[in-house]
Amino acid sequence: MFFAWPLVTLFSTGVTGDGIRALFQKPAIRSVAWFTLWQAMASTALTVAVGLIPAYVVARYRFPGRRAFLAVVTVPFVLPTVVVGAAFLALLPESWHQTVGRSCSPTSSSTSPWWCAPSAACRGQLDRGVEEAARTLGASTWQVARHITLPILRPAIVAAASIVFLFTFTSYGVVTVLGGPRHPTLEVELYRRAVLLGDLPLAAAIGLAQLLVVAALLGWWGTLQARAGTVRLRSHGQRPPVGRQRFTVATVVVMTTVALGAPVLRLVQRSFQGRDGWTLAWWRSILDDGAGTVWTSLRFAVLAALVATAIGLAAATAVSTSGRLARLLDSGLMLPLGTSAVTLGFGILITFDHDPVDFRASWFVIPIAHALVGIPFVVRIVAPVLRSIDPKLREAAAVLGASPFRVWWEVDRRIIQRPAAAGAGFAMAVSLGEFGATSFLTRRGSRTIPIEIADALSRPGAASFGRGTALASLLLVLSAVVVLLVDRLAPDGRSW
Amino acid sequence: MSLSIEDVSVRFGDRVILDRCSIEVAEHQIVAVLGPSGVGKSTLLRVVAGLQVPDAGRVSWRGRDLAQVPVHRRRIGMVFQDEQLFPHLDVAANIGFGLRMAGARRGEISARVDKLLELVGLPGFQPRDVAALSGGEAKRVALARSLAPRPEVLLLDEPLTGLDRELHDRLTGEIRRILTATGTTALLVTHDHEEAGTIADRTVTLGRATDPDDLGAGHP
Repeated sequence: MFFAWPLVTLFSTGVTGDGIRALFQKPAIRSVAWFTLWQAMASTALTVAVGLIPAYVVARYRFPGRRAFLAVVTVPFVLPTVVVGAAFLALLPESWHQTVGRSCSPTSSSTSPWWCAPSAACRGQLDRGVEEAARTLGASTWQVARHITLPILRPAIVAAASIVFLFTFTSYGVVTVLGGPRHPTLEVELYRRAVLLGDLPLAAAIGLAQLLVVAALLGWWGTLQARAGTVRLRSHGQRPPVGRQRFTVATVVVMTTVALGAPVLRLVQRSFQGRDGWTLAWWRSILDDGAGTVWTSLRFAVLAALVATAIGLAAATAVSTSGRLARLLDSGLMLPLGTSAVTLGFGILITFDHDPVDFRASWFVIPIAHALVGIPFVVRIVAPVLRSIDPKLREAAAVLGASPFRVWWEVDRRIIQRPAAAGAGFAMAVSLGEFGATSFLTRRGSRTIPIEIADALSRPGAASFGRGTALASLLLVLSAVVVLLVDRLAPDGRSW
Repeated sequence: MSLSIEDVSVRFGDRVILDRCSIEVAEHQIVAVLGPSGVGKSTLLRVVAGLQVPDAGRVSWRGRDLAQVPVHRRRIGMVFQDEQLFPHLDVAANIGFGLRMAGARRGEISARVDKLLELVGLPGFQPRDVAALSGGEAKRVALARSLAPRPEVLLLDEPLTGLDRELHDRLTGEIRRILTATGTTALLVTHDHEEAGTIADRTVTLGRATDPDDLGAGHP
């Protein structure tokens, strides 16, 4: 209800002629749309090109520190977008802030794990034996890559690329922090139209257009996933690199770590840097008046995680039964993940602002919006595990005298408790970093850390910037802790 | 004029998989390598195919050392224990793969595929999905696939393991017939004495790697 209703309202507001007409007629909007598209495609291309290499290395070789490296590429995966934005602000020299490319590289670095994770999972699954068979049939290394490896992995690659595209297409936090008013994406424009200019029909039309693109992409993604799923391959595991491969593996690991780590380290460093030397002033300023914000963020995160886990578990149970309806629900549940958070926040804002329900000012709207974004993560993690439970296991328990509830308790619950906890952790991390929807719904007294960061960074002055970097570092640590905990709990071979 | 394996050793870390193993296979001969699981029979085949670089020893074919010849130029085919059919290709494309890599023309490929499917007793299977094949059918497609590019030597790694008794017995005869009909030099790995005796001209036993006297001595 909280997801669908706002979108329906959005839809009905959006289709009132004016908005749509303006959407196509205003050259300003057209140039924004063009920039959004261009930026998203460039970021996707960059991400795919760069992400392929570490993915290959992780999937292929077993080397010391492999787990740690996996964690390094996983952490940015849920790094709040405002933190990524802040990190790049801290890293790049002042003059670079004005270039267009700036919104590209950070978005791609923040999304590269999206690419890396699925392709690594799939690459690890691709049985080496098939490639060896091709070699004995007279295929050179290059021919093997072209005729065997790529065709088999193509669905996974395209699926991963489309997810990356989705995220860059709807990127908001990074662009807000970095781009400023000169290079808005559709998301930023939506926010500006709705909040600053009060042009609701046009904003709704933008949201609608974007939603359609996302839905189309997700539909396509669903069919690709289904096809990728039909190729079942056994894993032969990774091997230690030998000879020259050692050098290659080391280079890739070091370069990836540096590329992903440098902005983050620079961010933390900047948070301790004053005009003349080291300072704790920025951190102290958070202690003084930021405690309320941190508390709010944590409270929302826990609440959002609880709601998301409860709804997500129910949904996962429904999805894991076979049948047409379940499959429909499955792709339907992915929609909040793909829908831009800004659209969601805007939808909620214009839906619940009049009778019969005026929730807009209620504090719990924000955690509920966060939970909506978190639900797909819970479902994605739990549903495959539920599906993989052999029904015979339940039958065996029943034959041994367990009542239906005991069967669920002893079999299902035991198997899903770890993935469920991992899903809850993910939902919590998502909530901690959520910016798009919150920026619409935030009120005095319910400001979260990301909102404070964006606010601090958008103001001129070293003090404000220092405070922003300190807050971003804090959020970074919070998210990293949550994600690393999740990584311990998550089942292997994630399936997003 | 033969395939000769001389003093080949393979180690994984400090685990010795093969220790100075030597086998000689004359041209057009079928030799079976017997031995319990874990004595490195499969590793031996991987060395001959070029998929595994030995730590010591050499493999030569017709007097030429193969050490510097990459896998795809050796003209040595292999039937894998678990078939390793390409999941994204149909039966015809699987069998024709080797010929396509060699740059054969399309008509040539389809003619040869038809002939090979005839040979392995699966006529009309060209458009089938490999995932839908039964165990025995998959084995036969794998055999046809490795024969298609006319390898000079064929390596068979437990080609009949996991089949039911009746199918197993029928295929042992068929493999012998097909290999002699094509005049292929072959090295067969198995743990089944009866199977080795039916298919091969000669049998060699690999012993435990810890017993130095028994190592690949080659008991005919």
